[in-house]
Amino acid sequence: MFKLKYDDFLIYDEATGTYSMAADQKVRDETERNKWKTTGLTILKDWRLYLMLVPMLLVYLLWRYLPMKELFAAFKDPDSALEVSDQLWVGLANFKMLFFGAMQYEFWRAFRNTFIIAFYGLLFGFPFPIILALFFNEVKSNVTRSILQVCVYLPKFMSTVIITALAIVLFRGSTSGQGGTEGIGIISQFLMWLPHSEKFAAEVMGARNGLVFTQRYFRAIYQITGIWEHGGYDSIVYFAAVIAVSPTSYEAAQIDGAGKMAQMRYVVIPSILSTVVIMLIMKIGSLLSVGYEKVYLMSNASNYESADIVATLSNRWSQQGNATLGIAAEMVNNLIGMILVIGANSVARRAANVSLY
Amino acid sequence: MKRKTEISELIFKIIAYVLLIAFALMCVYPFVYAISSSFSSHGKVILWPVEPNIQAYKYVFLDNMFWVSYANTLFLALVGTVWCLVYTIMGAYALSKKRLVGRHAFNFFLVFTMWFSAGIVPQFLNYQATGNILAGFAGLQYSDSGFDQKWLIILAMGMNATNVILLRNTFEGVPSEIEEAARIDGATEMQILFNVYIPMSKATIATVALFFGISRWNGYFWAMRMMPDQEFSWPVQVKIRNFIDSYSGLIETPSVDNVDEWKIVESVDYTKASIMSVVYAMVICGVIPILVIYPFIQKYFAKGVNMGGVKE
Repeated sequence: MFKLKYDDFLIYDEATGTYSMAADQKVRDETERNKWKTTGLTILKDWRLYLMLVPMLLVYLLWRYLPMKELFAAFKDPDSALEVSDQLWVGLANFKMLFFGAMQYEFWRAFRNTFIIAFYGLLFGFPFPIILALFFNEVKSNVTRSILQVCVYLPKFMSTVIITALAIVLFRGSTSGQGGTEGIGIISQFLMWLPHSEKFAAEVMGARNGLVFTQRYFRAIYQITGIWEHGGYDSIVYFAAVIAVSPTSYEAAQIDGAGKMAQMRYVVIPSILSTVVIMLIMKIGSLLSVGYEKVYLMSNASNYESADIVATLSNRWSQQGNATLGIAAEMVNNLIGMILVIGANSVARRAANVSLY
Repeated sequence: MKRKTEISELIFKIIAYVLLIAFALMCVYPFVYAISSSFSSHGKVILWPVEPNIQAYKYVFLDNMFWVSYANTLFLALVGTVWCLVYTIMGAYALSKKRLVGRHAFNFFLVFTMWFSAGIVPQFLNYQATGNILAGFAGLQYSDSGFDQKWLIILAMGMNATNVILLRNTFEGVPSEIEEAARIDGATEMQILFNVYIPMSKATIATVALFFGISRWNGYFWAMRMMPDQEFSWPVQVKIRNFIDSYSGLIETPSVDNVDEWKIVESVDYTKASIMSVVYAMVICGVIPILVIYPFIQKYFAKGVNMGGVKE
């Protein structure tokens, strides 16, 4: 380190024996003194830019941040006669009730289901679009590939109401109740027709509302419809990464004697790895925000044991007049979700030098 | 140079084709099944309609409340998409500018909503309060059955931080030289946005508009939660689900055995159709607008998603 000497910014005038300040230092001092003023002036000059930002910030403030003030209710005594602001603080009593009290069975069940649904979604839903993209790469004809892509993207644009209605119908059980085969859904019929399915057939005959509303098959159907809905669309990103691989890489691998599988292993997979890692972080980030709309539409009292998640549970509690516990339950869920995002992002930043936010 | 196709390559290719075609058929089949069933007279449909008739469509077309809900959804989708698009484009444009003071803070403000949300119950209370304020403009109460809550849904719902970031990344990719040239020619901020940035990011804007429109068209939960009783302001998804809930035995177990779901029922205006075919007909009517616009926008979104997508 070297120190600034006075003659760096002062000029000695031999004739008068006085020092005077260098011109560029004067300018520097001036800039330093007027830093806030210039910043203010830039903001003023760009006021149109800030005005453009205002509507969006206002929307987010009013309908994304303002609801957070209701979270205080989780720490207050749920006295429905009073406004939330007038209720008494009770510390963590509501959480204690949630974790160890009368509601613990329902809460832990919902918490477990949220985790299981999210985890299975990651396990089965994540690799599928990658495989699909690799397969699409094999289809060399553009027309054929476009037709196939139009077909597989389609379910993404259907509403949850329609997807769940179709799932319920296609996985339907017997409507006649006593051994008749009326109304059995087409997929249930197909599964019953497969060999070694006698036990399964008995279950289909027993399930009056179909397999969606059974404790045993809900999760499988939820994941299958999830893959069906998102798989094709999610493959876009991976497919873009796969076709970005330069043909010369393939040629080089071929000259080195690499077969199809070796090319896959040593050329394609390494080139799409960064995309895969980024998508994985994003998936982990939204792990606990399981789509409650779909669960809500696919569950009734007969499959809560495996279907009820924290969001639907808190919605139900609030409809039963127990809003405070609902708020507390979802807050726990969402806080854990946030910790997962931040964790996943910081791990990625350190390990792969990619950061999303 | 013609290379000999290896056996492993051939096998992989065959597997790829077979599985892709199988998956593509699986993706389309439920819709074909629904279309066929809506024209059928009983439930033994596999691919083609059995004993075809158009009674179900007659039933749906003569149901006034279905068309009211259809009009509601069209209104929500059009106005809602325009509203979301306007503030998202303007906000994303401002955020894409390096000279914006406090840019990182604004970005964080948006991204934080992706990490943490208050949850369903706080949001419900917030929407209710908003509804109260909006109803106040009309001199009504939120709980009044005369209050139409479409404006609450349009204004307060449907924001999506991912779309903002997608658009911001695309705007950042527009070369700044073009903007400078426009500025030297005396263009204002709005002119630059409309004449430079928007024409240069058409694909991403089309994608974002599609996402907004689809989410508006398909939205169910909050419309149902905010207005369970106001049937005249229901969107079509709520109407379909309500019909399934109240007339068919799909959700709740029927209390008696041997119910025939394909039996003919009569609507208030004496149209006869079987309930299950009406369910399918409503489902088909609900997806037709998407099926119509989908092929036209389909070519945009692959491009849009890749252009504005994740950046390292």
